[in-house]
Amino acid sequence: MTLIDLANPTKFLALTARLMPWLVAATALLFAIGLFQCAAAPDDYQQGATVKIMFIHVPNAWLSMFVWAVMSAAALGTLVWRHPLADVAAKAAAPIGASFTFLALVTGSLWGRPMWGTYWQWDARLTSVLILFLMYLGLMALWRAVEDPSRAARAAAVLTLVGAINLPIIKFSVDWWNTLHQPASVFRVGGPTLDRAFLIPLLVMAVAFTLLFVTLHLAAMRNEILRRRVRSLQMLQAGQKAA
Amino acid sequence: MSALGALMTRDIRIATRVGGGALIGVLFFLTVVVLMPFAVGPDLKLLARLGPALLWLGALLASLLTLDRLFMADHDDGSLDLIAMARTPLELACAAKALAHWLSAGLPLIVATPVLGLLLNLDMAATSAVALTLLAGTPALTFTGMIGAALAVALRRGGLLLAVLVLPLSIPVLIFGVAASEAAITGPGSFGAPFAILCALSLTSFVVGPFAAAASLRHGLD
Repeated sequence: MTLIDLANPTKFLALTARLMPWLVAATALLFAIGLFQCAAAPDDYQQGATVKIMFIHVPNAWLSMFVWAVMSAAALGTLVWRHPLADVAAKAAAPIGASFTFLALVTGSLWGRPMWGTYWQWDARLTSVLILFLMYLGLMALWRAVEDPSRAARAAAVLTLVGAINLPIIKFSVDWWNTLHQPASVFRVGGPTLDRAFLIPLLVMAVAFTLLFVTLHLAAMRNEILRRRVRSLQMLQAGQKAA
Repeated sequence: MSALGALMTRDIRIATRVGGGALIGVLFFLTVVVLMPFAVGPDLKLLARLGPALLWLGALLASLLTLDRLFMADHDDGSLDLIAMARTPLELACAAKALAHWLSAGLPLIVATPVLGLLLNLDMAATSAVALTLLAGTPALTFTGMIGAALAVALRRGGLLLAVLVLPLSIPVLIFGVAASEAAITGPGSFGAPFAILCALSLTSFVVGPFAAAASLRHGLD
């Protein structure tokens, strides 16, 4: 089976039906390992046990940007290659990405209260992630505003690509501006500055959250394909009744 | 006269003659700026302190409000289909329409700024600074707003969705516009850096806006 076979929705449904149990099992296993490692990680000398919010906050933040990148690739698939499942992928990913962004903002806010003394600060990193969250919500609104899913797909694809400008702004916001949010500790020139004891659990949790996204995304894509089939059947039925 | 020139002249004529003209945007700007002292309190020093921000917010909301007239009327009477099918590239046609819109709706806002600056107790230097930043920033608002207007053109109740889509893209313009104004008025900070970024945002939107809007129109019209 080649990649182009996946463009057929029926083959896609069959393949993902076989994959899903394995994906769910792998996600659960990695979360179990990750959470055990997080519990076993030492306390920070300054932050104490509060540092462990990092193991939830950072993967959510990484994924909020990763999901928009996935949606941008799907948008290119819709506009450039007219791939049949690209718009299904984009529509399914939007609420998941919005949830990850929301969780990143909330866990960051809860972490900020004991560490910075404030739940919120209008610095560059927090503001640009908040804008990303607003753009996710706007994108979800646009999907639901147009009745026909394939027309909505092309409008949403343009908006996704325009919004992709926000990703480098978020990434480099801590370098370009004087921010309260700390600068990059993992993805930076010169390698990570995190100690091994924190870096390993963080990366394990990141992989676990990514697998969670893949599982949820494929499940959502399956639902979207089935939803479109129901819609086609309903329209067919309404047409037959009128005739 | 070239096709683009004719399109621009047509748009400016329609904007100035039909439906209250683009001056309805100036009227909304005036109303919003007049509302602010009722909410904030009549303390003149506070108003002078907030002045640039209030003027920028008013201009942003006023330009947002006039955005749906960019494509909606043409879509309703079918001219948009003709423009899309013409020999002139749709990207250039969108750029011409956005430029005409800025000339008819954006420039009057800038002309109205000194009067409104008086209401907010801003002195001549402050008002000139705000007007200059508005001059550099309102084209960015128009050209990025055009993307949202093109996305929402086919929707019947698209007004609020248009605002939700356009506002996150307008936030950088607002941030740098107010930063430049504040730097010019009170500033220890430099005026040049945020003003240059504001100009860069406008120039970028001149390129990105028409391409994105044309892509949205093509996909929304078929």
